[in-house]
Amino acid sequence: MNLTRSEEAALAGEEGEVMQIAYRILVATGEATDAERLIPIQWAHLSGVNYNTIGAAGREFLADLSSRGARVRVRTTLNPMGYDVDGADRHGLADEFVSGQESIADSYRIMGVAPSFSCIPYEIFGMPEAGSQVAFAESNAAIYANSIAGARTNKESAFSALASALTGKSPYSALRRDAEEASATRVRMKMQDPDELTYGMLGYFAGKAAGTESQVDISGIKASDMDMRQCKAVCGGMGTSGTCAKFRMVGADHDNDDDVRGSKPENVDFDRDAVRQVRDELDTAENGDIITLGSPQLGLWEMGDLVERLRGRSFKKRCLVFCPRAAKEQASAPQYRYVQALEAAGCEVMADCCTCLSPLVESDSIDAVTTNSIKGAFYMNKASGVGVELKTLLQILEDETH
Amino acid sequence: MASVAASVAAAGPKVLVAGKAAGTVLRSQMPINFLGTVDSQTGVINDPHHDLHGKSIRDVILVFPSGAGSSVGAYTIYAIKSGSVAPRAMICQRPDLTVATGCAVAGIPLIIVDKNQSVESDSILKSLQTGAQAAVDTSMPRGSIITIRGDCSSHDAAKA
Repeated sequence: MNLTRSEEAALAGEEGEVMQIAYRILVATGEATDAERLIPIQWAHLSGVNYNTIGAAGREFLADLSSRGARVRVRTTLNPMGYDVDGADRHGLADEFVSGQESIADSYRIMGVAPSFSCIPYEIFGMPEAGSQVAFAESNAAIYANSIAGARTNKESAFSALASALTGKSPYSALRRDAEEASATRVRMKMQDPDELTYGMLGYFAGKAAGTESQVDISGIKASDMDMRQCKAVCGGMGTSGTCAKFRMVGADHDNDDDVRGSKPENVDFDRDAVRQVRDELDTAENGDIITLGSPQLGLWEMGDLVERLRGRSFKKRCLVFCPRAAKEQASAPQYRYVQALEAAGCEVMADCCTCLSPLVESDSIDAVTTNSIKGAFYMNKASGVGVELKTLLQILEDETH
Repeated sequence: MASVAASVAAAGPKVLVAGKAAGTVLRSQMPINFLGTVDSQTGVINDPHHDLHGKSIRDVILVFPSGAGSSVGAYTIYAIKSGSVAPRAMICQRPDLTVATGCAVAGIPLIIVDKNQSVESDSILKSLQTGAQAAVDTSMPRGSIITIRGDCSSHDAAKA
C-alpha cells in the first residue's frame, strides 16, 4: 500500500504512539484487502464495547489510548454495551462487570465517541447519501450500509473501525471501489411469503453460501419487498454466519443474467431443505423460559408495530425488548407512549444493550430463550450456552400472550 | 483484479504484519473464531468442535486457514498477547480483517500463504505441519520470509 509522506511519518511514530498504532492497523487492513491507498471516511461505528467480549485487556487498552490523547477525527458511534445503564443495580450484575463496563464507556467518551450503544446506527441516525464512505464494525450495520443504503464499508474489525475513527481514513478496498460487480454465488429465494424469521434464515444461509467472497447475490425478491424488520433480519443473519459484507438483490427473475464479469454465478437454492438446515443448527430448544426481541435492536417503528399487534394483551412470561436509548426516549414521548404500553404488557424495555452476549441472558439463570432473531439465536447458542426456540413474532404473540 | 492476483502470485508469501519469530508449528485445518474459541487467560482452544480443542496456541507458529466470526475477536488476539499466551507468529491462507488488525495491535507477525499463489507457496504450506520448526523474518526477501527446519513426524509421514 502507498502512503503519503505525512501518513508515513505517522506510521513511523512522529505523531505519537496513538497515531502509530492507528496507522499500523490501517496498513494491515490495507494489505489484507489489496488496497493501494487510504481515502477519507465520514462516519465510523465501533464494536468492542461490551465488557463481556473485550474483557480486562480491552478495558486497559482503551483506557491507555484515551489517556494518551486518542481523539476521534470523524463522527463516531458505538455498539451496545452489556446492560441498560439505568438498571445496573437491579440486574444484579457483578461489581467487576459493572466497573469494567463503566471504564470502557468512559474511555470512549473521552475519545469523543457518541454514546449511542446501538447496533442499528443506520436506523436511529439515518444514512448519508448513496456512495458515502463509512467504516462500520458491527456486521449487520456494515451489511445494511453496503446492501440497502448504497454506502461503502468494509466489514470492519473492531480495530480497523477504531483506526478509521482516529484518523478519518480507511484503505480503498474492493468493497469501497466496485459498486456493481456481480457476485460469484447467487442464492435463489424459493420460499413464498417470507416472514422475518425466514428472512433471517435467508441472510444466515446466504452468508454461508458466499464462502470467502465478500458479497453474494440474491434472486427471487426485491429489496423493496422487505419492511424494516425483515431488512434487519437479513442483515443480522448474514453478519453472523460468514465474512460476507454485502448482498445484492438482483430481482424477482432467478435467471436474470446481468453478470458484468461475463461468468455465470453458482446458483444455490434457499428452499425448505435450506430452512431445515438452519433450524437444525439454531432452533435448539422446545420452550423458552423468557422471550427476547431485538438483535438487531428494535427501532421506533418496530416498537410501535409491536404495541399495535399486542392490542392490549400481555405476555405470559418475561419478555425483554432491546432498543437503543435514543429509540427508547423517542418511544416514551407523549405522542407515542410505546414504552409505557410495552411495560403495561409485561415487557422489560432495555436500552443500551442487546440480546447478543449480554450478561442478562446467560446460562446460569436461563436454560432457553424464545426469539425471532437468527442473530440472537446464533450468539445465545454458541457463546452464551443458552438453548433457543425460534418463532416468528406473530407466533410469539399468539402463543405467549393473553 | 487479475493483474493484482498475478503480482501477488509472483511475490509468494505476503506480509500483513511485519516481525521476526521462530518456534514449533501448530497447524489447524479449521478457521478460528478468536472470540469464544480461545481462552484469553490460557491461550487454550476451548471449542469442542475445533480440531485444536484442548491445545494451547501459546508460543507456537500458528498455521490456519483464516479468522472467522466476530469482529471483536481482534481484541482477543490483543488480550492473549497481553497475557503472554499468544502465538509467536501466525500464518494464514486467506487474509481477514479480524486477525490482521488483532496481530497489528499485538505486534504478532502475520503472513499470508495461499497455496494457489504459486508452486512455492503450495510447497511451503505442505511443509508447515504440526511439530515442524519454522522461522519467520519479514525483513528477508519474499522467497525467504518463512524457513522450515523439517524433521517432524507428520511432515515426513505426509511425504512418505
